[in-house]
Amino acid sequence: MTSGDVELRELVPRVLSVLVRRGADFATAEDAVQEALIRAHAAWENAAPADPTGWLITVAWRAFVDMARSDAARRDREVRFDTEPPAGAVPNADDTLRLYFLCAHPDLTSSSAVALTLRAVGGLTTRQIAQAYLVPEPTMAQRISRAKRTVGRAGVHGLGDVRTVMRVLYLVFNEGYSGDVDLAAEAIRLTRQLAALVDEPEVHGLLALMLLHHARRHSRTGPDGRLVPLADQDRSQWDPALIAEGIAVAQAALARDQLGEYQAQAAIAALHADATRVQETDWVQIVEWYDELLRFADTPIVRLNRAVAVGEADGAPAGLAALAEVDEEVPRREAVAAHLHEKNGDLALAARLYADAARNAPNLAERDHQTRQAARLNQQLQTHR
Amino acid sequence: MAKYLLLKHYRGAPAPVNDIPMDQWEPDEVEAHVRYMNDFAARLESSGEFIDAQALSPDGTWVSYDGEGRPPVTDGPFAETKDLIAGWMVIDVDSRERAIELAGELSAAPGAGGRPIHEWLEVRPFLTAPPTVTS
Repeated sequence: MTSGDVELRELVPRVLSVLVRRGADFATAEDAVQEALIRAHAAWENAAPADPTGWLITVAWRAFVDMARSDAARRDREVRFDTEPPAGAVPNADDTLRLYFLCAHPDLTSSSAVALTLRAVGGLTTRQIAQAYLVPEPTMAQRISRAKRTVGRAGVHGLGDVRTVMRVLYLVFNEGYSGDVDLAAEAIRLTRQLAALVDEPEVHGLLALMLLHHARRHSRTGPDGRLVPLADQDRSQWDPALIAEGIAVAQAALARDQLGEYQAQAAIAALHADATRVQETDWVQIVEWYDELLRFADTPIVRLNRAVAVGEADGAPAGLAALAEVDEEVPRREAVAAHLHEKNGDLALAARLYADAARNAPNLAERDHQTRQAARLNQQLQTHR
Repeated sequence: MAKYLLLKHYRGAPAPVNDIPMDQWEPDEVEAHVRYMNDFAARLESSGEFIDAQALSPDGTWVSYDGEGRPPVTDGPFAETKDLIAGWMVIDVDSRERAIELAGELSAAPGAGGRPIHEWLEVRPFLTAPPTVTS
């Protein structure tokens, strides 16, 4: 993807919302905007027009009228749209925001909402989205057109809200494979756009959380693709500009005193980012933030992560006591138990738990990582025997 | 979203309720079965949940390295193995419940007498990509 492509896609939600406001149905309008994007790629190769948004609106509107006419001809109906767009239709922020809400409609499954958001708000092609999620293109095309039909039927009734939009963007950031689209960067771009539209501390909290995790992306995996845990990461590879921005955004949000789960998670990420060496990590404060986080999201996963932090702040026995209260069924529990038992000096038990963690790992990178941990401890146990 | 493998076995699964070999069905029962399978895949594609479907020949061969400069050792067909995979379908769904539901529908494919086979299918989750947020 080129930077010009991103600049072009920045305009997508505004253009689409103008078409919808003029009475175009959402599904056809969305196809028309994609058509206009394809034409822009060809037409703007040498020089972009003076008013890119206006150009896109005009071309997308004509594409929409063509589509609506051929559809009407098929159904033997009249179409009442003018070829030239009505004058004075300027993009406005409320319409763009409404588009975000539409794509995060509560009637959609999360995978459909993710796909629709990436296409209608993000301006990605179906092929790019299909590649990012390792799904055949026809399947992704169907998923998107069904999602469009669903929101078309449901309409404005029960629109999504900022919460549902944030959950969708969080999913885009956190899950997915790769292709030629960096989903994490795309999630950040869309969250920035959202933060410019709605000035809520939680949206800024989400943005900060993403920035702070994205700052560590180059140190999270080794050259061979292996997983590098936080404690072992080369912190000189962390992106200082993203960290500075993430911390500033988080602090500004927290100062408004309307705490929520994303802000609490951002605060935890900021404390990790603040430590230039792992030994300098302020685990006591991190535990306090996990306690805050529990007020908003009392989930087994949060409790599990809290047990790790307690183990660092107050020692392994305290961590194990915290772990004892965590649901047995939560994924990665064995990995945390192994880590805490190793810290507590029970290497044999830790080795067995690492092996269990490897067997139950939800992905290959974690499985390999836990297998290495088990092998490392088993080797230590043999040489000390 | 998560991907699941719906695994169909020639052998190794518990016996289905309607356990009559396919070659002994009426021709139109075979047709109905094939149509059901095709319709099922088409329906999954239109719901945006279809990834892949493949069938395997029962003729397999075990292959193993036999040392530098030597051809691989082969063994088979493995008539005596207790498990034999017949084919699979890969789906991409929102929940484990949905995967189970779809496997249940696939297992209801009609067999002899036009009645559901109640075939046992194995549902296995794929290992995913690691998440970005881990702490």
